[in-house]
Amino acid sequence: MSQESPHFRQPLLRTPFHERARALSQIDRFIPWAGYTTVDVFSSAEQEYFSVRNASSLFDLTPMVKYRITGADALRFLNRLMTRDIGKLRPGRVAYTVWCDDAGMMIDDGTVFCTGENEYLVCTAERQLDWFAASAIGFDVRISEITEEIAALAVQGPTSYALLKGIGLAGIERLKPFEHGNFTMPGTDGAITLMVSRTGFTGDLGYELWMEPADATAVWDALMRRGSSRGVRPIGSQALNMVRIEAGFILPNMDFVSAAHTLRIGTERSPLELGLAWLVDFKKGHFTGRRALLAEQQRGPLRQLVGLDIEGTKPAHNALLYTERSGRREAGSVTSATWSPTCKRNLALAMVDAPYIATGSLLWAEIYLNRELVWERRMVRARVVERPFFAPARRRATPPAEF
Amino acid sequence: MSLRAANRYDAIIVGAGHNGLVNACYLARAGLKVLVLERNPFVGGAAVSRSLYEGFTYSNCSYVCSLLRTEIIRELELPQYGLQIIPYEGGCTMMRDGGHLAVYDNHDAMRREIARHSRRDAEAYDRYVRDMLRHCRFIKPLLLREPPDPTSFRPRDIHELMFLGKHFHGLGEARMYDTLRFWTMSCADMLEEYFESEIVRGHMAGSSIIGTALGPRSAGSAYVLLHHYMGSIDGAVGAWGFARGGMGAITQALAASLRASGGEIRLSAPVHQVLVRGNRATGVVLQDGEEIHAPVVVSNLDVKRTFLHTVAPEHLPPEFLDQVRRFKIRGSSGKLNIALDGLPSFPAIPAGSPSIRGDLHITDTIDMLERGYDDWKEGRWSRAPYVDMLIPTQIDPTMAPDGKHYMSVFVQYCPYELADGPWTDEKRKAFGKTVIDAIGAHSPDFRDLILHAEIRTPWDIENEVGLTEGNIFQGELTFDQLLFNRPVPGYAQYRAPVRGMYMSGSSTHPGGGVMGAPGANSAAAILRDLGRKP
Ligand SMILES: Cc1cc2nc3c(=O)[nH]c(=O)nc-3n(C[C@H](O)[C@H](O)[C@H](O)COP(=O)(O)OP(=O)(O)OC[C@H]3O[C@@H](n4cnc5c(N)ncnc54)[C@H](O)[C@@H]3O)c2cc1C
Repeated sequence: MSQESPHFRQPLLRTPFHERARALSQIDRFIPWAGYTTVDVFSSAEQEYFSVRNASSLFDLTPMVKYRITGADALRFLNRLMTRDIGKLRPGRVAYTVWCDDAGMMIDDGTVFCTGENEYLVCTAERQLDWFAASAIGFDVRISEITEEIAALAVQGPTSYALLKGIGLAGIERLKPFEHGNFTMPGTDGAITLMVSRTGFTGDLGYELWMEPADATAVWDALMRRGSSRGVRPIGSQALNMVRIEAGFILPNMDFVSAAHTLRIGTERSPLELGLAWLVDFKKGHFTGRRALLAEQQRGPLRQLVGLDIEGTKPAHNALLYTERSGRREAGSVTSATWSPTCKRNLALAMVDAPYIATGSLLWAEIYLNRELVWERRMVRARVVERPFFAPARRRATPPAEF
Repeated sequence: MSLRAANRYDAIIVGAGHNGLVNACYLARAGLKVLVLERNPFVGGAAVSRSLYEGFTYSNCSYVCSLLRTEIIRELELPQYGLQIIPYEGGCTMMRDGGHLAVYDNHDAMRREIARHSRRDAEAYDRYVRDMLRHCRFIKPLLLREPPDPTSFRPRDIHELMFLGKHFHGLGEARMYDTLRFWTMSCADMLEEYFESEIVRGHMAGSSIIGTALGPRSAGSAYVLLHHYMGSIDGAVGAWGFARGGMGAITQALAASLRASGGEIRLSAPVHQVLVRGNRATGVVLQDGEEIHAPVVVSNLDVKRTFLHTVAPEHLPPEFLDQVRRFKIRGSSGKLNIALDGLPSFPAIPAGSPSIRGDLHITDTIDMLERGYDDWKEGRWSRAPYVDMLIPTQIDPTMAPDGKHYMSVFVQYCPYELADGPWTDEKRKAFGKTVIDAIGAHSPDFRDLILHAEIRTPWDIENEVGLTEGNIFQGELTFDQLLFNRPVPGYAQYRAPVRGMYMSGSSTHPGGGVMGAPGANSAAAILRDLGRKP
């Protein structure tokens, strides 16, 4: 892919899948994501959404920021950095985790791949070199950003296993959730080796493929060819956003702002507030933010991210929440919202003040309806419900089903 | 109307710098009959546009705008009187080895630009910007407030002290430490907490020395950097822009706004002395002997010029005079305004890069800045000077004929007094040559394009604008001269020791730059004393 235009003229990079994506983009909707230009919508977010829940979808993950972490102290370093016990992570496994500042406030979340003894790959939503390097003082550890060296593609949906098997990834049936391994597939000039992990951001059966940028188009083409008769299609960020809300996953700058970026006091969020207490291991020994998180746990959080089921069909984007219909007392606000075509529910994630976080609590959401440019304000019921909103059993089955 | 009545006003403002004009505008809008007296045949002080060469307009002193408070622009309706501030993108430091570091608005372009020098610095830049914005958020609410007197027990002072205390406390423990450290540390130490690359540090350090007799390694220089960061354009904090038509557009708009609300301005009317009777200001006497009377006299001049030259010493407490005498107001900056026959080329800047439309620099390390400062301490201009150089005519079509360009070159460091005796024409030329040669080293065709150059040393600036020693901020912006210590302890509330007399220049809180806040705050103090609603 030609990248000759200087960065001041074309600040966004193109991923190795860009040409393929551009060719399939019907409506030219690209958005910047972590320094790359990526597809927001190929043709229609709803159609793309159903490829995730009904067949297979391809989502270009290349912009995920990737670090290789090695050195004699790699494990010690990661264990001090992350809230989970990385010591329990064996080679071939992946863990979802978060990391915090000293005040126990979220810097970012991401996945850690253990690729060998004291060898890890960390995938993050935002760039972390500054924080990782500051956290590495005193450790014998090497941190290198390898974002541009690895092309990544998420293959997600009920037929994703069949699709991967179909392109010749022998042994893929044995890969369990949160495992990764190297697999080969036939290419035009010899075999292509990929790292495949059974991970994803959709809450469905799915995989993530990590490869040399040079192999990217061959892999894409093989998937599209093999899947063409079974509804495979590339998806953009909008469709992904719908499925990730159904799966109850959070996004930085949507559901929280990294403590590395907040300007105002009190806008940073702790993993306990974000409902990620299960990722915080107080028993593993010291880690950054532990003291503050322990204190918060003892005191109880002031607010928490909860799932909401909202009356009506209009997604409650950015809605303020109230304790009563009169709208006199605020109780929080919606951070992410979508209509769920699978659950037929109007879903939202919301940051809600502590008294109202219990499942079953009734709140009121203030939404605005556009009636041909005549705007109406509505107060609608918003019930606190369990997350995830959608968790099909097929996501866990090993070997997975064909569809 | 009798002659006597014509020479009587509710308030006289001495000096038509932008702060004097802002002050006058607010007083006139509150219904006072005001007169502004200006020594020069034009208004503006250090915010002027003048034509010294056929077809060209120069921003002779100040040249870029960011600090001017939006509240003032709105309240005084300056856009209606022709003011337009256009933000510019970019900037660049050209390096001695032919490399460069540019500044881009686009976050990803900026990250990739810094990453050419250091990948870690590219990310640390976000933390740096975050921290600067946090400091700005702390300072911003203090700008348009009168600083409290920490020794007084007046309800208003206690209230304001509580505001300050609460505001500070609201930062939380960690940020409280950071803020205290930041206000007192050196810019070099501060930047080393973020960046590893020499060029990134060197580039960022520039704003810490502009207009100040500090080096990048002097304590207190970090704050100066913030002082240049705390402005904003249309809500974009830290953004700088051009006033369309040059910085004089600001003071022209202020003058028009003032006249529209009934204020008067007299040009070429230098004030000789403030008239005082029984510890009360009663008016002024002009250099030609004319007396003009008013119960309120406001000085837009710097604190030294005001109290050492325009008020007779018998009216002032000796300790006060002593503190005024010791007020740090050292000249350290020069200025070149250059008419160019075309756009000079800068080989270090990549073709098509918008950075050429921003501020250009040729000092690529902190050490080089510090060496420049060493020269100043020894009483000579920097042999390798720091320049803050802009070509506004790439954006503003009003300042030069089509195809030709006006270049503004701010120069640091240049002393007010030279070790080898007073400034002469030859020395001024030699200073100009040093600067032109330094720029020429980065632009092969620059010298040949020069049609005219105005060269101003601190001595010239003092003589033409009246800024003592040519100090651009009307006094150093060091912590000992900020907030309730500006200009001197005990007199930070715009009121002079003489009743009815006020200070409204940049010597007062929150300090220099074309900000307008001292003028607005002093007007509020006057109106409070008069029991009037602003
Ligand atoms: C070379 C230079 C470059 C600068 N660059 C910038 C910049 O790019 N951006 C920025 O924001 N700031 C810049 N500054 C700083 C800024 O211009 C000043 O801090 C600000 O303009 C000062 O305004 P003031 O109203 O407080 O005082 P002044 O502008 O100094 O006004 C004082 C006025 O009083 C008049 N006066 C003096 N004596 C008498 C008397 N006896 N009787 C009557 N009138 C008298 C003077 O003529 C003058 O008009 C620069 C300053 C200089 C000198």
